[in-house]
Amino acid sequence: MDLANAWTIASKDFSIFRKKKSVLYSLIALPLFVSIGLPAFIQILITRPRIPVGTIELFLNSFSFLFIVIGVFLPVTLASYSIVGEKIEKNLEPLLSTPMTDGEFLLGKTLAAFLPALASTYGGAAIFMTLMDVVTHSRLGYFFPNWNMAVILLLTVPLVCLFSVEANIIISSRINDIRAATQLGSLLAIPFGVIYVMFEINFLHLNIGSLLLICAVVTVADLVFIYLTKVIFRREEILTKWR
Amino acid sequence: MMIDTENLTRKFGSLTAVENLSLHVDEGEVFGFLGPNGAGKTTTVRMLCCLIPKTSGEAKIGGYDIGNETDQKNIRKIIGLLPENVGLYDDLSAYRNLDVYGRLYKQAEGLRRERIEYFLKLLGLWEKKDVAVGTFSKGMKQKLAIARALLHDPKVLFLDEPTANLDPETSKTVRDFILELKKEKRTIFLNTHNLDEAERVCDRVGIMKTKLIAVGTIEKLRESLTGRKTVVQVNHLDEQIIASVEKLGLKSIETVDDNKLVIEVNDPDKENPDIVEAIVSVGGRVQFVTGASPTLEDIYLKLVRG
Repeated sequence: MDLANAWTIASKDFSIFRKKKSVLYSLIALPLFVSIGLPAFIQILITRPRIPVGTIELFLNSFSFLFIVIGVFLPVTLASYSIVGEKIEKNLEPLLSTPMTDGEFLLGKTLAAFLPALASTYGGAAIFMTLMDVVTHSRLGYFFPNWNMAVILLLTVPLVCLFSVEANIIISSRINDIRAATQLGSLLAIPFGVIYVMFEINFLHLNIGSLLLICAVVTVADLVFIYLTKVIFRREEILTKWR
Repeated sequence: MMIDTENLTRKFGSLTAVENLSLHVDEGEVFGFLGPNGAGKTTTVRMLCCLIPKTSGEAKIGGYDIGNETDQKNIRKIIGLLPENVGLYDDLSAYRNLDVYGRLYKQAEGLRRERIEYFLKLLGLWEKKDVAVGTFSKGMKQKLAIARALLHDPKVLFLDEPTANLDPETSKTVRDFILELKKEKRTIFLNTHNLDEAERVCDRVGIMKTKLIAVGTIEKLRESLTGRKTVVQVNHLDEQIIASVEKLGLKSIETVDDNKLVIEVNDPDKENPDIVEAIVSVGGRVQFVTGASPTLEDIYLKLVRG
């Protein structure tokens, strides 16, 4: 596989994303809202002396999980634009007549949605951890970074990002409308939202074990989706069935 | 031989899009591929460009087999494709659109810059190189798409309806450009509905209707399919004149505009004097006699309508 070809496709998509304000906003707004809004919320909470330290820790832990939800959510718009956009502008035919292989094309499309989503999630997490430490230092000392957050950012988020990218590529291959693809793709975040609520209400405990279990399940889903995208990413399928 | 197909067939389920296509296009030849909508022209181009697989038969481009995976990559290196929908990136500049393709064709940076500059200047788009393609007119986009197809200096160029939906002036610009390419001895496979365009630029044409129903130079198609015609204009055409000409036992006689006879002949040198004599013998006054050759449109319609 020629990685340079995949990178050409990805960097071409980055150039297009930079011109699309709606894509840029979707990439920045959610991580920024979470990374600034939640520390502000904790700041308000922490001024009340009766709030126990354990409650604050519980909040901070479950908030960490929100970055997994963000990791699922952010690639949705990018993957939809990346695939549906090509279909709408009808530029797949000349692109596929070049010496690039189907696998290089698929990898390029995956990188185009995966890397910006990952970078944005990491950027948001960095701001979140910094602000949270500033806000909670007087009660908790330095809470972040911790092992849970390390597993979330280094393992879970890349896996869920990949899950979201591959699933959205499959969804986008069957749909011709960017909004419809985005809306359908957003549904992928629901199971992770439910898990977040379970952590929040203390039904589940956020620890290394539960995170690794989530990683294992998502890895299996990733492998299934990668296989499926490889099946649908054949030149003939793309040109004759992607409508 | 640059393009060589033998019984090339493509089916989509129960529908046969291309049936037993046997075709040979020489190096440096401009070949026009004509046919109505749904005749299998685009499917043929897609098979030859290794975009979709064949169902059966054989095809080679530049000696490489379209059915062989290793050869497919080599074929893609030596072909350039201008599809019916130009497929440019509206949000990217003209330069960036070409740059993406130059990279995919593995052109070194210096050569890539040089080629992009050459084509953008040649097609009058250099001043707009940094402008988003979405703001371009249809004609400008078509020119840019042609530049994209030529950027890597392909041996074979597939042009699918290159002047469709263009205004006459832009069509002429594109057509003139194809004629320039012809001078470079590049093999061009031109899918078109535009018979006038085919007549002006093609060395040979093939007429397709799922099967290849005719192939050859336009001159040969004229001779083999429609014969030759003689037009005789008289000052007044009446039943007596028609009856007198009919007695000669010629292939077909049509009357046009009340004073013209269009007669299909086998040998004009021998038969034209007999026709004139037949008319004069019944008091007809011949104003002029001329030969009429059918246009490509006549040939096309005759073949396509069966």
